[in-house]
Amino acid sequence: MWITFLTGAVDIGIALLLGCLGETITEKSGHLNLGIPGIMSVGALGGCLGASLYIDWFGNNVVGLFLILFCILMCILFSVLMGLIYCVLAVTLRSNQNITGLMLTTFGCGLTDFAMNTPNFINSSNVSDASKYFINWLPFKDSLQGLASLFFGRGVLVYLAIALAIVAGFVIKRTRIGLNLRAVGENPATADAAGISVTAYRYIATCIGSAIAGIGGFYYIIENSSGGVGNYTNIPNIGWLSIALVIFTMWKPILSIFGSFIFGALYKLPTSISGFGVILSMPQMKIFGLLPYVMTIIVLIIISALDSKENQPPASLGLNYFREER
Amino acid sequence: MEETVALELENLSKHFGKIQANKNVSMSLKHGEILAILGENGSGKTTLMNMISGIYAPDEGKIYIEGNEATIRSPQDAFKYKIGMIHQHFKLINVFTASQNIILGLKENTVNMNKINLKVKTIADKYGFNIDPTKKIYDMSVSEKQTVEIIKVLYRGAEILILDEPTAVLTPQEIEKLFAVLKKMREDGKSIIIITHKLNEVMAISDEVAVLRKGEYIGTVKTSETTTEELTEMMVGRKVELNIVRSTPVNPDDRLEIKNLSYKNKDGIKVLKDINFTARGGEILGIAGIAGSGQKELLEAIAGLRNLSEGDIIFHNPKKDKPVTLYHKTLKRVKELASEGAFHYEGGLQVDFTGLSNDQIKKLVNDGKIIFNEDEIIDLRNKTPFEIRELGVRLSFVPEDRLGMGLVGNMDIVDNMMLRSYRKGNSVFLDRKKPSKLADDIIEQLEVVTPNSHTEVRKLSGGNVQKVLVGREISSAPKVLMVAYPVRGLDVNSSYLIYNLLDEQKKNGSAIIFVGEDLDILIGLCDRIAVMSAGSIIGIVDGRTAKKEEIGMMMTQVKHEEATEAING
Repeated sequence: MWITFLTGAVDIGIALLLGCLGETITEKSGHLNLGIPGIMSVGALGGCLGASLYIDWFGNNVVGLFLILFCILMCILFSVLMGLIYCVLAVTLRSNQNITGLMLTTFGCGLTDFAMNTPNFINSSNVSDASKYFINWLPFKDSLQGLASLFFGRGVLVYLAIALAIVAGFVIKRTRIGLNLRAVGENPATADAAGISVTAYRYIATCIGSAIAGIGGFYYIIENSSGGVGNYTNIPNIGWLSIALVIFTMWKPILSIFGSFIFGALYKLPTSISGFGVILSMPQMKIFGLLPYVMTIIVLIIISALDSKENQPPASLGLNYFREER
Repeated sequence: MEETVALELENLSKHFGKIQANKNVSMSLKHGEILAILGENGSGKTTLMNMISGIYAPDEGKIYIEGNEATIRSPQDAFKYKIGMIHQHFKLINVFTASQNIILGLKENTVNMNKINLKVKTIADKYGFNIDPTKKIYDMSVSEKQTVEIIKVLYRGAEILILDEPTAVLTPQEIEKLFAVLKKMREDGKSIIIITHKLNEVMAISDEVAVLRKGEYIGTVKTSETTTEELTEMMVGRKVELNIVRSTPVNPDDRLEIKNLSYKNKDGIKVLKDINFTARGGEILGIAGIAGSGQKELLEAIAGLRNLSEGDIIFHNPKKDKPVTLYHKTLKRVKELASEGAFHYEGGLQVDFTGLSNDQIKKLVNDGKIIFNEDEIIDLRNKTPFEIRELGVRLSFVPEDRLGMGLVGNMDIVDNMMLRSYRKGNSVFLDRKKPSKLADDIIEQLEVVTPNSHTEVRKLSGGNVQKVLVGREISSAPKVLMVAYPVRGLDVNSSYLIYNLLDEQKKNGSAIIFVGEDLDILIGLCDRIAVMSAGSIIGIVDGRTAKKEEIGMMMTQVKHEEATEAING
């Protein structure tokens, strides 16, 4: 029973992790991208479209690796387009970041809703076929039992996500690129005076962040839902939860790996608890669903009570930069 | 040493819209020389330096470095020509360490922090800086931050250093240290340009002085061959009297009594220790001390902004023979005071309200018939900051970033005046007439450089912002006026305008508490000077007889009990 619960927690946690990682990288550059739920939806749409097209084209002689790469590529393409919309509006045209992000969420969710409900646009049986290549990418998966299966029997994107988090943590903390990125998010005027291109860093960080978040949306459909396209309506919830997770993990990618599993467990708790012999009514389940947000509020309270200069959001988060402004 | 030219400017011009910031400026800087640039607020000093360091591009003119024409279009170009600028407002990232800030934006790809820390330390030792490369900026004092800025340009190999008002926020001791460092750099062959308003510093540190007035270059003189008077005349364009007016106090009466005041900050550290003094109406009480000795906390405690642990702040409201109003007191309170025998009628008869209806009392009060017998004695500890303000105790604190306390950057001058008066008036609509008159008066009196009174405050230059802030507080004709660093960053001329305004207020009977940095000014302006050190008042000296050295000694003294405490503890 525990194994099922933990597996479920890790599986949903990975979707949260990718969303959180994307948003963390974006926020490190000073962009508060509230478009994550929309970007994750559109990323899922792109990936599913890729899967659908690829199986349409190659039918019976599908090469797993190529299918996976093609789907991820499509997913990244769609998500980066969304990220670019954000950058053009917020960096180049200096529009308000909050409004831009919320607009992007509305737009992305609506677009996905529209595309998913357009007949013959995405072949849902193709997507569930493709999902097998993602989930069963390791040949020895079926021979694994119990804990071994929890650690070594997961889909390809699970390991990709954890690897990305570790790499992102290293880059942000240890490299010059990371130092420059943090400088841009903390104080763009200073970064600019030191010769760092604020515009370039913000564009690139936001696009990379969008790509990673988009993969999170696609992961939710292709691995966590075993290719069940209809589950796309859940993605916005996961998107909002990821943004809360960024705060929960205090803008630290390595912490976000563990944070996402905690959030994943809380997310799974209402539905899995029946397995432990506890039967919840519908309202009770909804209350349990609030737990991740309650945790985030508690973390926020603790952070502000500690009044530490570290563990704070980037100082210029949400502020646009314009060199000639006094 | 042979005198060769490191940097030469030829006919540099720059304008912003209609404002001509610099016009045909030509000057030169020699190797191993400290050149001071002098000019009033808004005379184009910073703009000129920004052109040399690549922040602005000149409209016209040429810059020569080591005799070759240089095109400087960005700070990177400036570094290429070995020019480094230390800005007035530090460009540092708070959550980074000193070293991280120093290497920010450099191109090498590997980050070996140990090696970098070592290199930073080497540079620091060479010039006698004291710095911990791994310390985070938010833990640093202003002077440490400045050190980081200077090392940042040295790390990039700068040979020409430009310092924009480096001493504005430093204590006298820190300034001395900085000057020692600058002299070492000069010996090392580096060329230094320093912008400052303080003439005594110009005389102390520079080899030559270049003067700008209204964007134009007036001339360069050798420091050893000039006087402060001559420099001021070059700067302002006319003879200026550099005498502080100090009128003799007329009948000073006790206005504000501070008794055994102590304050612990939120970390539990005693920042104010057993403070006792009395500020008198018609007198300027100076407060001298090294920055951070508790001056800010003391003023804020009086203004009601801090919760005291012990002590009393007794305010003598000069109400004797003045009528009571219903503006500050409720009808109930007036009746209470009457029963205690606090009032008399115009003729001298004691007030007795027995038998009178509320409406009758109200009418008497509103007609100004009820008059105080004695000054009102109020304990300010029980009052809210707003009540304290309304009683006429005003605080004008000029923080390091001038907009931080007291002004709203996005509002125009008139609206900023209204921040102090919006509660007045009976209609629901705002009355802008009086504030706009006040704004115009301040602009005229203090010579604020602004297109008009409806310009947003953040668009004004730093010195002008400050004039608006100080002008507003002084104009309210307060009973107690507390000013801290009112001339920080102001040029000589404006500083003296402010000193004279303070003296005017003193003549009008205000009790003035003046926290200052410059001991010469304190001695010249104040009637009495309280010297603070580490949260205690070491002593109060007479401003007319005090010696600078005496005050300086007291500033570094520690009270006896603490010294023994430190030994025992």
